[in-house]
Amino acid sequence: MRDFSYIAANTIPEAVALLDEKGESARILAGGTDLIVQVREARRDVDWIIDIKSIPEVNALDYNADTGLTLGAAAECYKIYADDAVCNAYPGLIDATKIIGGTAIQGRAAVGGNLCNASPAADGIPPLIVLNATCVIAGPNGEREVPVEQFCTAPGQTVLKNGEMLVSIKIPAPESNSSSFYLRFIPRNEMDIAVVGAGASVVLDDAKQTIVSARIALAAVAPTPLYAEEASALLAGQEVSDEAIDAAAEAAKAIARPISDMRGTVEQRTHLVGVLTRRALNGAIERVREAT
Amino acid sequence: MARRSHVQTTINGETVEFLCEPRQSLLEVLRDELHLTGAKEGCNNGNCGACSVILDGRLVNSCLVLGVETEGKSVETIEGLAAPDKLHPIQDAFLENAALQCGICTPGFIMSAKALLEQNPNPTEHEVRYWLAGNLCRCTGYDKIVRAVLDAAAAQ
Repeated sequence: MRDFSYIAANTIPEAVALLDEKGESARILAGGTDLIVQVREARRDVDWIIDIKSIPEVNALDYNADTGLTLGAAAECYKIYADDAVCNAYPGLIDATKIIGGTAIQGRAAVGGNLCNASPAADGIPPLIVLNATCVIAGPNGEREVPVEQFCTAPGQTVLKNGEMLVSIKIPAPESNSSSFYLRFIPRNEMDIAVVGAGASVVLDDAKQTIVSARIALAAVAPTPLYAEEASALLAGQEVSDEAIDAAAEAAKAIARPISDMRGTVEQRTHLVGVLTRRALNGAIERVREAT
Repeated sequence: MARRSHVQTTINGETVEFLCEPRQSLLEVLRDELHLTGAKEGCNNGNCGACSVILDGRLVNSCLVLGVETEGKSVETIEGLAAPDKLHPIQDAFLENAALQCGICTPGFIMSAKALLEQNPNPTEHEVRYWLAGNLCRCTGYDKIVRAVLDAAAAQ
C-alpha cells in the first residue's frame, strides 16, 4: 500500500486544522471500509490519514422524539440498527444500514462515511434524502449546513472544501402517520452493489388513506444519488392508489439518467426505477398502516 | 517513509506491543509482525471475510483496519479460541460436520460464527446465513458450514 502518515485527531478543531494544512493530500478515516481499499488500490493519492473516531461529536447517536436524530459522521451501521428508538423512527435508514456490506463491514462502516464516499450507488444516501437530512460541516471558517441531496456533486466528489469535514447528519423527528422504506435491486441476496436503489418516505392523513406528502430518492441511476422532486410532489394530496403511485414511478423514471455497465443496462435500470419506486412507496405506506 | 508507530493492544487476552507502519493493515500486523497466521488474506478488500477477527467485541475484516488503529483495543483471533487440550465447541462442530475442505476460509467463518453466537445464542438458519454472507467459501458450498454453526449453537 502507498506510504502515508496517520494521525488520530481528538477534537474537531484539531482535525479541521490538519485538513486545512494538508489540503488534498489528507483524507478523513472513519470506518475505513472504502478509504483503505481505495488507498491500497491506488485510487486515491493520500499522504495523511486523519482518524476521527476519538472525537466525541462524530460518534453521536442521539435521538429525541421532539428534535430528531443527530447521527455522528463516524457512527457505525451496527450501532444505528441496534438502537430501537432509531429503528422505530427511521425504518428506511435501517433498511440501508442492514444491507451495506456484510456483518464485518457493518461493524466498521459509517453512514457518514457512505455519504462522504459519494458513490452514485450508495445505499445510505437515498434514505437520508427522503428523511430530509441535513449535513453539519465543520471548516476553518466555522460550521455550515447543507441539505443532504446537495452534498454529493459527482462520483466520489462532495461539497466539502479543503479543510472541511462532515461532523454529523441531522434528521428531523418523524411526523405522525409517517414512515420510510429503502430497497435495492441486486442479483444476489446479500453483499452486492445496487443496480438501482430507491427510497421513499410518506406522511399520511389520520385515516391513513391520503398522502399528505412524500419524498422519493434514487441511487445508481445518475452521477449522484437523486432526489426525485417532481415525482414526490405529484403525490401530495393524492389518495393512496395504484394510479397515483404509478404516476410517481413514471415521473421518477423520467429523471433517471443511468449508464450501462457490468451491473445493468440503461433500459434495465430505467425499468427498475419504476418497479423499485412503487415498492418503496408501497412499503412506506404499509409501515404507516401497520403501526398502531 | 512514515515512521513506525509503537502500538499496545490486547490480543487473545494478552497485552502485546508491536511496531508497525501506518500503512500496515491489522491483518498484515497479525501475520507478518506477530506471526499469528490464522487470519487469512483472501481478497484484501473486504469481500471474502477470510481475515475476520473480533475487535472490541465487533466482527471486522482485519484487512480493512489499520494496525495503528488498534492502540488500546482488544483483538480476538482464531489462535485464541481453543484451550491447550480442547477445541472450542464451534471448532468441534466444524469438524463433526466436515464443514471445511481447503480450510482457507475456516478461521474467518469460525470467528464470524463466534461473534454471532455471542450476540444471538440461538439463531435461526436464516439468521446464520445472513450473518455469514460476508464470508465466502469456494469448496464446500455453505450447507455444512451453516449446519455446523447451528449445531454449535445447540450444543452450548
